[in-house]
Amino acid sequence: MNRFSEFMLPPQKSTIAEGTDALFHFINITSVILLIGITIAIVYFSWKYRRRSDNDVTPVITHNSALEITWSVIPLILVMIVFGWGLNGYVNLSTAPDDAYEIRVVGKSWLWEFHYETGFVSVNELHVPADRPVKLVMSSDDVIHSFYIPDFRIKNDVLPNRYSTVWFEAMEPGESVIFCTEYCGMAHSNMMATTFVHTQEDFETWLITAGSADDNMDPVELGEQLVTRNACTTCHSSDGTVLQGPSYQGLFGSERVLESGETVIADENYIRESILEPNAKIVEGYQPVMPSYAGSLNDRQIDAIIEYIKTLE
Amino acid sequence: MATNEATTSIKKLQVRRFKPDENPEKHYLNEETGIWAWMTTVDHKKIGLMYLASITVFFFIGGMLALLLRTELLSPARSFMDADVYNQVFTLHGAIMIFFFLIPSVPAALGNFVLPLQLGAKDVAFPRLNLASYYIYVIGALFTIFAIFTGGVDTGWTFYTPYSATTSGNVMAMTFGVFVLGFSSILTGLNFIVTIHKLRAPGLTWNKLPLNLWGLYATSLIQVLATPVLAITLLLLTMERLLGIGIFDPNLGGDPVLYQHFFWFYSHPAVYIMIVPGFGIISEVISTFSRKVIFGYWAIALSSLAIAFIGFLVWGHHMFTAGQSSLANMVFSFLTFLVGIPTGIKIFNWLATMYKGSIDLKTPMLYALVFLFLFTIGGFTGIMLGALSVDIHLHDTYYVVAHFHYVMMGGMVMAFLAGLHYWWPKMFGKMYNEFWARISCGLIFVGFNMTFLPQFVMGAQGMPRRYFNYIDQFQPFHQFSTMGAYVMGIGFFIMAGYLFHSLRKGERSGSNPWGSRALEWQTSSPVPLHNFEHTPVIINGPYDYHKPMSEFQLGIATSHNGHDHHAGDNTDISKTEKEQA
Repeated sequence: MNRFSEFMLPPQKSTIAEGTDALFHFINITSVILLIGITIAIVYFSWKYRRRSDNDVTPVITHNSALEITWSVIPLILVMIVFGWGLNGYVNLSTAPDDAYEIRVVGKSWLWEFHYETGFVSVNELHVPADRPVKLVMSSDDVIHSFYIPDFRIKNDVLPNRYSTVWFEAMEPGESVIFCTEYCGMAHSNMMATTFVHTQEDFETWLITAGSADDNMDPVELGEQLVTRNACTTCHSSDGTVLQGPSYQGLFGSERVLESGETVIADENYIRESILEPNAKIVEGYQPVMPSYAGSLNDRQIDAIIEYIKTLE
Repeated sequence: MATNEATTSIKKLQVRRFKPDENPEKHYLNEETGIWAWMTTVDHKKIGLMYLASITVFFFIGGMLALLLRTELLSPARSFMDADVYNQVFTLHGAIMIFFFLIPSVPAALGNFVLPLQLGAKDVAFPRLNLASYYIYVIGALFTIFAIFTGGVDTGWTFYTPYSATTSGNVMAMTFGVFVLGFSSILTGLNFIVTIHKLRAPGLTWNKLPLNLWGLYATSLIQVLATPVLAITLLLLTMERLLGIGIFDPNLGGDPVLYQHFFWFYSHPAVYIMIVPGFGIISEVISTFSRKVIFGYWAIALSSLAIAFIGFLVWGHHMFTAGQSSLANMVFSFLTFLVGIPTGIKIFNWLATMYKGSIDLKTPMLYALVFLFLFTIGGFTGIMLGALSVDIHLHDTYYVVAHFHYVMMGGMVMAFLAGLHYWWPKMFGKMYNEFWARISCGLIFVGFNMTFLPQFVMGAQGMPRRYFNYIDQFQPFHQFSTMGAYVMGIGFFIMAGYLFHSLRKGERSGSNPWGSRALEWQTSSPVPLHNFEHTPVIINGPYDYHKPMSEFQLGIATSHNGHDHHAGDNTDISKTEKEQA
């Protein structure tokens, strides 16, 4: 049973996972028993009652009330059990405890932003404490996304015009993958993030130091880290490969031909504008799909990214 | 047989037996030949065959797209197509298979061919409207092809807003194509409803109606009632994109979840447009190849209607994670389980029909049994997805992909193939190679399970659907799945081969190769231009295998309707006089 569970489902890393899995297994086992019964009946009847001659006479059996009521009522009872069980689990899933630790989540094509109480924003990295309920208040900046952590058995769509929530309580420190499960365009399948579960003390320490960790780094090194951390590399390569957006290689100082037909030089101001107001100038051949980083990156970070791009000739 | 003494006097009909001509010289295929005669025909059989040819083309295109997708998924990231091409390909695969293959497959193609025959009618009630439906279908299809070549569509077949309102590509042409197509579906449904009500042969009362017609009747009701909602939705989407009226786009003050409600209000019943006529075929095939009275006639007939009705009330189960209220989720989950019950009842009825039958495992029956097995899996996994807490985990993963392929392909396509192989001799008067047909059926069965069983596991492990790229742990499952798709592909190519061979050089089948009691088999194969040379008279149910064949071949003895048939030739005249209400 455990090995079957390990094969079929991701590890149970939240408190509610076990309940969901129990119902999953109950339905699977009941279904397999019934399916085996039906299959045996198909095969056995096909063999036992195979046609022996063209003049075979078959009995007239038009109906059998007792039998029909049995095979209607038993499945009805079974599905009502499943309904109640599923509803019960769902009520737990959708009711966050009052003392839950709150984190704001913003989905953008194609990255996840996590805003913490200190004002710190992490991209594609969700840091949470273990053994404490965490509630995510989520919204989207553009199209519909869906926030899914398989290890925690939670999922909810992330909408542009309202807030939606999920909550979970991670059981032990570790890492879990986050997927976007509502199709959102070209790089939908790259809209992945990681949950880092820390012990409560480690989480407190992380939260305090997170904002200041970059202070002593030199700009180029910091810039290189920032483009990865902020998911810029989902769409922009540093080696000339064309992804959803233009590559950083050879970008700085080059002439850019825009959709409007104008040409501009990619200088500091151009790059800064492209980060804060990405759709102001669209390079020919690309789509206006990049989300704005205004509010997520400060001046020093933008400077660092520009310095980094300058080094990629 | 109900008699209605109070109002009219009882009319006595003189009936006699009409044995079908085993080797007809003239039939619908060789009378009125030539391309123009086909294109302007109002004959339901020819229109059915034209639909059949069209959906075969679309099935081929959709199938090749599926093979391309599976090949790309052999490895994560890019192997031979870019992400945006991949997204267009899965959109087209879904849209083509659903709107251009599955929805018209049984009702429009097989249904058109067989419905008037099973009623003992000369044609559908509105033959010209029937031809118009076909051309509307073609126009819709042309718009879609136009969309593919002018920018493509990458929204998924669901066209969810706001993505579909913002993406580049020719979403307008595609939705317009689907919009036009809807009218074809509505008109066909309307035609069938009227035909079943008004054109039944003498004696064909509702309790003798073949279950295939109950299936088509329920389907037609859904088509007429649900399809307009799709048309309205697509119209609103167009208004938003072209005129900037805010309905679904939050930037304009609209609500994207409203779109999902509209869309699924059609598209969930559409699932039943696809599967309910399949139930009808399975009932016909299992009874015929078991030579036995169908078990629970009314249970099967009424459960189709029940499914059609409850099917209108469960659309919200596509939106458990979409942000609708918890109360709505609870109600939709409850109703979803209710719709499972009539479906389960059908499975048990078909099994009970086989009990003590005289079972002949010819190709149509093999497909029917494959249907029973695969559709049962599709049903059970549907229960899984109806359970709220489990669905939160499984929603929008490969588990859902596997589930609906088990229902749509394992269910509907297998039922369609059962029907195609069952009525093939009726359509063309020729047999296909039974050996190769069984090989092909076996390959499709094995390939199908190889393709989609791993997807259940992948999905439960968390692999989201519509993913171009994926994390490495899923690769073995994807590779196995792709191998399965190739096996299935080979199966379908073999089928194309033997069916083509049958058309060219197939053996003559005779009028009734399966020994069926159903009415469509009591006329020659291929069918005469006007279906029957006489007006059939029905005194038994279509599955009364305990009664002699002669009682199923009765027709009005006197000439009628300007049809000069050969009254008084050497067929034996039934001595009985049958009363008609």
